[in-house]
Amino acid sequence: MGWNVLGALSLPCMFPWPVCGGDGCFLPHPSFPQQPRGSSFPSPRRALQARGCRVPSGGLRQVAGAIACSSRETDMGEVRKGWQRLTPPSRPGAGQDVGRSCILVSIGGKNVMLDCGMHMGFNDDRRFPDFSYITRNGRLTDFLDCVIISHFHLDHCGALPYFSEMVGYDGPIYMTHPTQAICPILLEDYRKIAVDKKGEANFFTSQMIKDCMKKVVAVHLHQTVQVDDELEIKAYYAGHVLGAAMFQIKVGSESVVYTGDYNMTPDRHLGAAWIDKCRPNLLITESTYATTIRDSKRCRERDFLKKVHEAVERGGKVLIPVFALGRAQELCILLETFWERMNLKAPIYFSTGLTEKANHYYKLFITWTNQKIRKTFVQRNMFEFKHIKAFDRAFADNPGPMVVFATPGMLHAGQSLQIFRKWAGNEKNMVIMPGYCVQGTVGHKILSGQRKLEMEGRQVLEVKMQVEYMSFSAHADAKGIMQLVGQAEPENVLLVHGEAKKMEFLKQKIEQEFRVNCYMPANGETVTLPTSPSIPVGISLGLLKREMAQGLLPDAKKPRLLHGTLIMKDSNFRLVSSEQALKELGLAEHQLRFTCRVHLHDPRKEQETALRVYSHLKSVLKDHCVQHLPDGSVTVESILIQAAAHSEDPGTKVLLVSWTYQDEELGSYLTSLLKKGLPQGAT
Amino acid sequence: MAAHLKKRVYEEFTKVVQQQQEEIATKKLRLTKPSKSAALHIDLCKATSPADALQYLLQFARKPVEAESVEGVVRILLEHYYKENDPSVRLKIASLLGLLSKTAGFSPDCIMDDAINILQNEKSHQVLAQLLDTLLAIGTKLPENQAIQNRLVDVACKHLTDTSHGVRNKCLQLLGNLGSLEKSVTKDGEGLAVRDVQKIIGDYFSDQDPRVRTAAIKAMLQLHERGLKLHQTIYNQACKLLSDDYEQVRSAAVQLIWVVSQLYPESIVPIPSSNEEIRLVDDAFGKICHMVSDGSWVVRVQAAKLLGSMEQVSSHFLEQTLDKKLMSDLRRKRTAHERAKELYSSGEFSSGRKWGDDAPKEEIDTGAVNLIESGACGAFVHGLEDEMYEVRIAAVEALCMLAQSSPSFAEKCLDFLVDMFNDEIEEVRLQSIHTMRKISNNITLREDQLDTVLAVLEDSSRDIREALHELLCCTNVSTKEGIHLALVELLKNLTKYPTDRDSIWKCLKFLGSRHPTLVLPLVPELLSTHPFFDTAEPDMDDPAYIAVLVLIFNAAKTCPTMPALFSDHTFRHYAYLRDSLSHLVPALRLPGRKLVSSTLSANITPHEDPSHQFLQQSLERVYSLQHLDPQGAQELLELTIRDLQRLGELQSELAGVADFSATYLRCQLLLIKALQEKLWNVAAPLYLKQSDLASAAAKQIMEETYKMEFMYSGVENKQVVIIHHMRLQAKALQLIVTARTTRGVDPLFGMCEKFLQEVDFFQRCFIADLPHLQDSFVDKLLDLMPRLMTSKPVEVVKIVQTMLRQSTFLHLPLPEQIHKASATIIEPAGESDNPLRFTSGLVVALDVDATLEHVQDPQNTVKVQVLYPDGQAQMIHPKPADFRNPGPGRHRLITQVYLSHTAWTEPCQVEVRLLLAYNSNSRLPKSPWVEGGEVSPQVETSVIEGTIPFSKSVKVYIMPKPARR
Repeated sequence: MGWNVLGALSLPCMFPWPVCGGDGCFLPHPSFPQQPRGSSFPSPRRALQARGCRVPSGGLRQVAGAIACSSRETDMGEVRKGWQRLTPPSRPGAGQDVGRSCILVSIGGKNVMLDCGMHMGFNDDRRFPDFSYITRNGRLTDFLDCVIISHFHLDHCGALPYFSEMVGYDGPIYMTHPTQAICPILLEDYRKIAVDKKGEANFFTSQMIKDCMKKVVAVHLHQTVQVDDELEIKAYYAGHVLGAAMFQIKVGSESVVYTGDYNMTPDRHLGAAWIDKCRPNLLITESTYATTIRDSKRCRERDFLKKVHEAVERGGKVLIPVFALGRAQELCILLETFWERMNLKAPIYFSTGLTEKANHYYKLFITWTNQKIRKTFVQRNMFEFKHIKAFDRAFADNPGPMVVFATPGMLHAGQSLQIFRKWAGNEKNMVIMPGYCVQGTVGHKILSGQRKLEMEGRQVLEVKMQVEYMSFSAHADAKGIMQLVGQAEPENVLLVHGEAKKMEFLKQKIEQEFRVNCYMPANGETVTLPTSPSIPVGISLGLLKREMAQGLLPDAKKPRLLHGTLIMKDSNFRLVSSEQALKELGLAEHQLRFTCRVHLHDPRKEQETALRVYSHLKSVLKDHCVQHLPDGSVTVESILIQAAAHSEDPGTKVLLVSWTYQDEELGSYLTSLLKKGLPQGAT
Repeated sequence: MAAHLKKRVYEEFTKVVQQQQEEIATKKLRLTKPSKSAALHIDLCKATSPADALQYLLQFARKPVEAESVEGVVRILLEHYYKENDPSVRLKIASLLGLLSKTAGFSPDCIMDDAINILQNEKSHQVLAQLLDTLLAIGTKLPENQAIQNRLVDVACKHLTDTSHGVRNKCLQLLGNLGSLEKSVTKDGEGLAVRDVQKIIGDYFSDQDPRVRTAAIKAMLQLHERGLKLHQTIYNQACKLLSDDYEQVRSAAVQLIWVVSQLYPESIVPIPSSNEEIRLVDDAFGKICHMVSDGSWVVRVQAAKLLGSMEQVSSHFLEQTLDKKLMSDLRRKRTAHERAKELYSSGEFSSGRKWGDDAPKEEIDTGAVNLIESGACGAFVHGLEDEMYEVRIAAVEALCMLAQSSPSFAEKCLDFLVDMFNDEIEEVRLQSIHTMRKISNNITLREDQLDTVLAVLEDSSRDIREALHELLCCTNVSTKEGIHLALVELLKNLTKYPTDRDSIWKCLKFLGSRHPTLVLPLVPELLSTHPFFDTAEPDMDDPAYIAVLVLIFNAAKTCPTMPALFSDHTFRHYAYLRDSLSHLVPALRLPGRKLVSSTLSANITPHEDPSHQFLQQSLERVYSLQHLDPQGAQELLELTIRDLQRLGELQSELAGVADFSATYLRCQLLLIKALQEKLWNVAAPLYLKQSDLASAAAKQIMEETYKMEFMYSGVENKQVVIIHHMRLQAKALQLIVTARTTRGVDPLFGMCEKFLQEVDFFQRCFIADLPHLQDSFVDKLLDLMPRLMTSKPVEVVKIVQTMLRQSTFLHLPLPEQIHKASATIIEPAGESDNPLRFTSGLVVALDVDATLEHVQDPQNTVKVQVLYPDGQAQMIHPKPADFRNPGPGRHRLITQVYLSHTAWTEPCQVEVRLLLAYNSNSRLPKSPWVEGGEVSPQVETSVIEGTIPFSKSVKVYIMPKPARR
């Protein structure tokens, strides 16, 4: 099983991507942009054509893996911490799922890959996306314009060294500065566990990680980066973890926003995601918590602090198993400020390891944190913990109360398990599980109420300590997702990174509330979106001024009619006056005249008829210049009317009406007017 | 070196002003330059380039112009305006015209024609905008002149189609400030089209420029502020603007919606996409609630603030703001608050033991869930969780205001407020504690809520703890366990922070007196009495024991059965505490003891109490005084002063009035005494020594008048006139005494001139009140003013003297509410025998903690003075942030004073006291030039004319040691 085509979007025209079956075996579709990329920005001419005929210019597809639960758990950041419910181990590739992210977008002829995640559930080839899907022969660099990484969690960036070094990609990789800093630490840690501990061969090396990171271009928040002449990207703050960003990808007037993971409620160290009203054609949003509305974070915080405080006050030791990055810092800040406020003296320890390195970066990237930390870091950097110290194995046996943060988060191995075994016997102690635990782990067992645990070597460990559960999660809930959609005002929404059943509910809500199309492509399904790109047309100043002189100021609400000639030349449009157009094209002007005969029943002489026509028109067309010429003809503006006797019937007069093409409107009005006949009373 | 160092230290750490009495410079009141316009004209003619001209104009703008010469200046400016080609100079002239037309006493209607004229020929957009601004200034100066207003509105309408946003902005501003709604204006038949200003402004709600849209909304708000009733149709327009792309537009639109909702709360509006209709105020409330989750924090703050003042909203909507329907996997979940409540009612207490006790329960119908309601759902939940603390504070304030008006809402929002006690920013925590205190009448705390509240008692911030003590003073607790919990936590607090002693005692006093029945069952446990055995007598000096006793004694006041539970030593301790801490321990009706003060407390209640009548009568007696002979008058005055002082001591609520009037009478007495002196009849050289009394009296009267003016809060203008009049009399007295004791005429010239200036100043300040001063000293003086101006000093003195003798006693009307400012220094207590040792030349920080009562604007007026034994005095200005405001009329000053001195041989005491700084010139009307910001404004305000000590001084023992080499 590799990965599946989830969706494809082709802009600006309909470009049907065939669907590729969802179960297990993946067949790369032959028609994915096998043509190398090129400057295929829809030129105006092509855009015009596109409305009528079909010109393929790109497509969007998402490649997503599925979450699978295995009893194996690596200490890889928080992969699925905070899931309130986890789908049972499912067939890989079934439907919309939470897990690794890897999405391909074709927009305006540009191909962009969003995130390059790995799959925690597999140890073989399936853990990485099958990049041969993009091209089987030829280098990836030729087919992808850029790669964008939203944040440093491994399910969003874990396959990056494999992709760039082992498969081979030399194009730019975009990520924010904190992500660039922290991502290699996590990759290195992941590599160590895979290679050193599990002894896997054919894995990427440290050097590959370094080489890969050399291809990274770091971006600032709200900085518009020109990838090439036509493609530009812009990062927005996303909360979630330090350095997480949402990206706007823009080609010409078409744009896509990809959210990655984001959080709409601020926490103790990060702010809330924010985006301006960028009105993208498509918003691709995660939907992990599509059907959940969370309680206020204050209750959670208060509960947590109260529990820790009570345990410490009665002299107990508190163990908090955490993943190294993300929520761990949040909890540290929470405890640190509480200790500070309450003047508590009990020590807090943090198990060392990659945390120290990461904490260093947390101290550096102050601008990425929330208001409180940003405002107070001049006096004191909140990440320079006063009360939290590095943990040493020996400290676990120290008497007196203490709080220890230890990895990994599910109590299945390592330091946290060791400490747990030491402390489990005392009812004064407490363990707080801040996230979800996979079935089969010690964490899961104690959470489900088991009090006697069988350890290896047939030991039985009796758990007397208190076991608490708290859910700290940094994803947007259903309300948050709606809020973001409201802020960005997209034309279409595409839900990814969630469970099908839950997405269905959210999709319904989005369509109902915002009246926009919402898609939730299943694995292997293709989405194609038509857009209506706006085409800029240059207008000559002379023409504009002439038109301005004729009427009042332009009113934004009313369209105005303008006469001119549209010239398409060198893939740009210009609107010029017809004289200039003739001059430019070297053409002679042709006069076009319409003539029409109107039969009038009038026994009088021609002159009298003409006079009657004159007076009639004069009375009807008050705004126009109606003249009676000496030769007996009548003119209205430039329209000529002549009366002649009918050759056969003297009681009928023939009116000859003649007008130029420019006066078509008035001319046809006049004819219809004259056809009605003259009023009888007139003389 | 040390001295230099010390100087540096002072510069860096404190703002110390050396007080120098003699440096009160004479103030020039007028800077008259008659040929101002001419000078300007010459300057402008000289100017060769636009830059030059601009420089001249800028220089000119730095000096004020008198009302008389404004017109001339304006003419010259206009003349140059016509000639000038450079737009920047024209711009400056236009702005000067605007400033000049604001000059007091100048009527700008004469320049309006010109201004409109030049407006028509102007091409530059910037200058146009500035000219419109000038017109606005003119228009606001002439609010009564309807014709001019209409003309200006016409001009504004004409320029509304301008392409520059600046011009459109100004036009809208003009319309907002001058446009009127009344159609009757046009009935004079001048053919003026009926203009509906609101419609014109409303059209610009959809302007393409966001700045113009904002200006249009602001103009509309301005119309409302001026009292025009806005149409209800605006509501729909404003609602559309709520989804504008620009934050300033949205922010203004929120305000506008609020205004309309206050105007038409009861009208009915339809809900789009359904057939239902709701009240407008509810609809607006929902919309503003929606803005609480806007993308821009400025808008969020605005929205959250406005929510608080929408009291007419129906309770159904109001309660939704706290409701965020939780769900998990499409199943309804109860909030932590609901769970806590349930646990509480089911008797179980602590939560979170079981895995999944927050597991979601019933299934939710997917169709019924509305994720992003247009309604009010969860607005406050979002607001209180916001990233920006500004929004959170605004939300807390709004919550407070709404809860004050709706008890049921107060009950509901309690959980959320309690949660805010754990906010990360101290300001927010403090604000929410204050809020809770304000609504405490409406609520009763549940035990689990109380638990959370009490947890904050361990906070390391003193402000938080004290605010919490205040809160506990007025909370209702529902159970005896609650009281016990509170007591235990307070005692814990006491051991952790012993400095909180007073505040905790006070808190327990109120807690006891509010819940006597709840305390009763706890008494044996608290006093650790035993039915059979005698227990050891607790230590009487233990603050914790005193705290417990304070709680019990206050509860016993309304619970007569309680003393039966006391043991012997408790009674003894009662007697001791009743004497030593009488403000905390009430009088009890104990068996076998007489209640001494029961009679006293009984008679305070009657509304028209005799003491007040007494005060009135004695004052009336004095005011009929002028007919009596001087001797009798003096005696009567002395008698009344004594009565008033005694009254003030007895009746605390009348103390302010009594003191105030006694001071005034004392001034009068001093004046009479001084004038009675024999010295007036003796030849000058003979009584040089004796004149001491008169000059001392003059000085004292001056001091007393300053006290009267600045030390009492609630003094109104009519009293100020009388006080100033008294001061003027004292100055006259001073003049006469000096005139008689100094030889030669030369020094007299200056003195007379100064005195006459004072009189002039008096006249200008209180011109409106002069009619009330019939027959008084100043009245007569002003009659003779022309004569005085021309006559010689000796004559002036003679006239003044006779008039001073003839002057009558002015009746001092009593203000409604008057309180004397007072201050008590709590810390340093001045009891320590251990000197503060520090190295000379360096500084030592001294913590000062004081309570101030009835001080207006303490940030600017209250200073700390340190007197060193060598007579040196330092004045320290505390930072504005050092003042806290715990209640109405009360302030708390917690600051640090830096002391330093050269080395002493032995420790000595310095005195610390609080001063009230005043500046009587602050009453002078300010010129518009100063407001324009071209002259630095702090020159006026920060000048201290003098100070009044208003607290007892505290002695601090210090010892600067010589520095070691």
